[in-house]
This record gives sequence, structure tokens and C-alpha cells, in this order.
Amino acid sequence: MSVTVLDRPRREARNAASQVTGAAAIHIKGLEKSFGSNRVLRGIDLDIPAGQFVAVIGKSGCGKSTLLRILMGLEEPTGGHLHFEAVDGDDTQPNTRIVFQEPRLLPWLSVAANVAVGLGEGVPHDLLRKETVSVLSEVQLSEKAGEWPSSLSGGQKQRVALARALVSRPGILALDEPLGALDALTRISMQELLNSVWRELGFTAVLVTHDVGEAVHLADRVVVLDEGRIVLDLAIPYPHPRPYGNSALAELEGQLLAAILGEARG
Amino acid sequence: MSAFDTSFVRVVSARRTRTVKVAGQGISFQRFLPFLLPVVVIAAWQLGSSFGWISTRIMPSPAAVVVAFWQTTISGQLPNNILVSAGRAFAGLLVGGSIGFLLGIANGVSRPSEQLTDTTLQMLRTIPHLAMVPLVILWFGIGEESKLFLTALGVLFPIYLNTYHGVRNVDRGLIEMGRVYGMSNWTLFRKVIFPGALPSILVGLRFALGIMWLTLIVAESIAASSGIGYMANNAREFGMTDVVVLTLVIYAILGKFADVVARAIERRALRWNPAYQN
Repeated sequence: MSVTVLDRPRREARNAASQVTGAAAIHIKGLEKSFGSNRVLRGIDLDIPAGQFVAVIGKSGCGKSTLLRILMGLEEPTGGHLHFEAVDGDDTQPNTRIVFQEPRLLPWLSVAANVAVGLGEGVPHDLLRKETVSVLSEVQLSEKAGEWPSSLSGGQKQRVALARALVSRPGILALDEPLGALDALTRISMQELLNSVWRELGFTAVLVTHDVGEAVHLADRVVVLDEGRIVLDLAIPYPHPRPYGNSALAELEGQLLAAILGEARG
Repeated sequence: MSAFDTSFVRVVSARRTRTVKVAGQGISFQRFLPFLLPVVVIAAWQLGSSFGWISTRIMPSPAAVVVAFWQTTISGQLPNNILVSAGRAFAGLLVGGSIGFLLGIANGVSRPSEQLTDTTLQMLRTIPHLAMVPLVILWFGIGEESKLFLTALGVLFPIYLNTYHGVRNVDRGLIEMGRVYGMSNWTLFRKVIFPGALPSILVGLRFALGIMWLTLIVAESIAASSGIGYMANNAREFGMTDVVVLTLVIYAILGKFADVVARAIERRALRWNPAYQN
């Protein structure tokens, strides 16, 4: 059931439409990554159950983005193990998708064609159309299907990027500071959208962010990384959706900030 | 107070009508402006010829050029030579452009290919290709091969440089996205690299079109038995200045036509780009 993925090229993302896999668990043991003499990750142990929403936070250069890139198969770790485990017993590697900080839409394709990129190749045309239309309505952009990305606002572009990631119904969704470049109000509505699609589709989510408030608002669990190690692993045991301005959440937020800044001073 | 209000309204409305009038005149004047200079020059030229201030042995009158156009068209000489020249131009563009395009793509995506050929190409690029004319005549004589070779050589480098530059400047983030989203190399090329490099490739094409006509004029003047350049050179030997000027006009029209086609391709292929949306 559990699959070792290190020895196989993981860039071959699945043809997702024909293979709708459920959420997958992620098991990380003793993960290390060095760039030359620079040890970016120094032994990460992390078990993420299927369907959990985990936020990874920390200062710039703490290794959080590298961790995500290893999860996506964009970097090879220099040590340790990484296993994925699909909840429905499917032995194959789970369908993993990513939303980057920038939308990274292809400017020469329409919004709908950009979303269809997420389905991979060889998908029959009518299925491709059906899936694209339905995911665009999930991100409330149905009326923009035929437009060029250049005509969209920053928040709309990022919603298209989210639709592209979701159209294949991924088992794992990696989010690399996806809301970092948006203005405060757009960010709040995007957080609501992320939360609602996550609850509806049930994928495992790994969110890398600078924003402690965002982490506490969205995640079941927040992991604080510093100098390549996990220094705090905190559960956020509150039901979704969470109201803004909740005092209990604010207290957790303070605790996390102290952990990040405390490590910075020490 | 009410008196003050009325006067205010009156001033505004007067001003408004005046602005509209000026704007209306401005539009028709602007439309006429690009044609003003050619019309004045041609009129002055015709007057100069009619009054005998300009010798017809040096410069024919515009009317004589029109007559030459008519005579060579009904004799079939002009259409034939235009077809021959245009055929040569586009054959050269096709051969040289294809080689430049393929080398540009190969060197843009493959490091070993770039290391193998880029330095050599950059070195050859600095040789003016028209300096090859004596050698080309020795190799191919004055047959079709010499024109094809020179035109192809001329257009190869602008297409190569701009294709290579375009491929190299495709957003790395988009290529990375394509890879994580499982694109095969061919799909990545078709959906990300080629469209990303296209604006630069089309700039190369427009440069190449200019060089294409230039090369052809020189090659046909020196070594040819047909084509517009041959027609001009032949007319010079017989002192037919009207035909010589006619060929210049034809070259200008052909060059402008090629540029208009290239612009239309650009507008169509890059319509996703806000810079090409009206």
C-alpha cells in the first residue's frame, strides 16, 4: 500500500481525469537536502494523514519552499525517505498538484485552455470540456472561460491557477504562498474559496506561507520550520469555516509568532 | 447669484462646441498628413520634368514611369519578372528561414547543441553575406542556385538570432509549471516554448524580409538573366531611366507588401498579447 517514490521519476504527473484518486497521506522521515555545503533541510520527520490541511510557516530561507518542491518532485532530497499512501488502497502514486505564488498561466491560451492543462494529455475532448466548465464554476469564473489571462485581475488569475490544479481532482494539493501577492481583501475571499473547495473535495493540503493569520485560519495543523528543522508542530482544533477575529485563534497566532521570532533571536 | 450661474453655463457650452469643431478638423487633417510629403514631392518632380529643369536622361518624369509601367505590363515583361523575383525571394526565405529557425530552437533548448554551433554561427554572422558574391558566382555561376544561396544565407542569421533569443527568454516559471503538470517534451515545446518565443521569432522574420529583398536586388543586378534586378540593369544599359525608376517603385511596393503580411501574421498570432490588441 505504501509507495516509495524516491526512485522513480515523479514529474510524470498522472492523467488525472481517468484516475480520480482519493486523498493521500504523506510520510516524511529524516528528510535532508543540501545545496553544496548549505544544508537547507536537516532531518524533517512529518506524518500528514490523508485529508489534513497542514500549513508550513517560517522565516525566509527556513527551508519551507524546498520541502514543498521535494514533495512535488521538483528537487531530489539528499537523504531520508518520502512515502505517499493513498487512502483508497490505490497503490499508484497519488495525483499531486501545485499552485505557485505567481499564477503561471500561459498567456497565449484562453482561461478554459489554461485550466485544461491541469488534466494532462490524451483526455477525450467532451470530458475535457465538461471538467473544465465544472471546475471554473467552482472558482466562480464561468463567464471568463473564453478570455485571455491578460484581461483578468490578480485574484482572478490565481483562481484560474487554482482551477487548473483542482480540475484533475488531486489527492494532494501543494500551495506555495499562493496568496502572497494579492491585496488584503482579495486574500480573504481567496482564503474562503480555498477552505470551501478543500472541505468539499477532501484532498490533503500542504500550504507554505509567511502569513501566520492565514495559517491559523485555514489549517488543521501548523508546522514551524527554522534552519531546516521543525521547531513547533501545533494542532488548530477548531471547526471550519472559522470566523475572523476569534480570540482563541488570535491566541494561537501569538504563540506561533513567538515561536518563529523566538527562534530568530536565539 | 442666479445671474452668476447662467454666465457659468454659457461659458461651458461655448467652450464645448469650440473643442468639438477643432477635434473634427484634427482627424481629417491627420488622415491626410502621411500623404502630404509624397504628393508634394511627386508634383514638384512632374513640374520640373515638364518645364525641362530635370533632364530625362538623369531622371524620367513620373508620367513616363507610369507609361513604362503600362508598356512593360502589357508586354508581359513586368509580371514575369516580378513572379521570378518573388519566387526567388520566398524560396530563399523558406530555406534560410527554416535552417535558422531549427538551429535557433536546437540551441535554445539544448546546451550541447549550443556549445557545438553557436560560436561558429556568431562568427559567420559577422561576415557581410554580400561579400560572398564573387565566390558564389564561381561556385554556382549565374543560375538560380547563386540567388537562392545568397538570399538563404542573408535571412538565416536574423531568424536564428531571434529564435534563439526568444527560446532562451521564455519564462522559466512557465516551463517549470509545464513539467510539474506532466507535459511531455513535445507538448512543452508546442504549448509553452514555441508560443513563448513567437514574438521574438516574428521580429526576426521582419528583419529577414528586409534583408531578403536587399540581397535579391544585389544578386539580380550582378548575376541574373531574369527578375526585377536584371530588368533594372538591362534598362540602364539602354539608357531607359523610366524602367530603372519603375523597378525601384516595384521593389518598394514588394517590400511594403511583405511587411504588411508579416504584420498581419504578428497581429493574428500574438492577439493574446495586450500590446497587439487595438
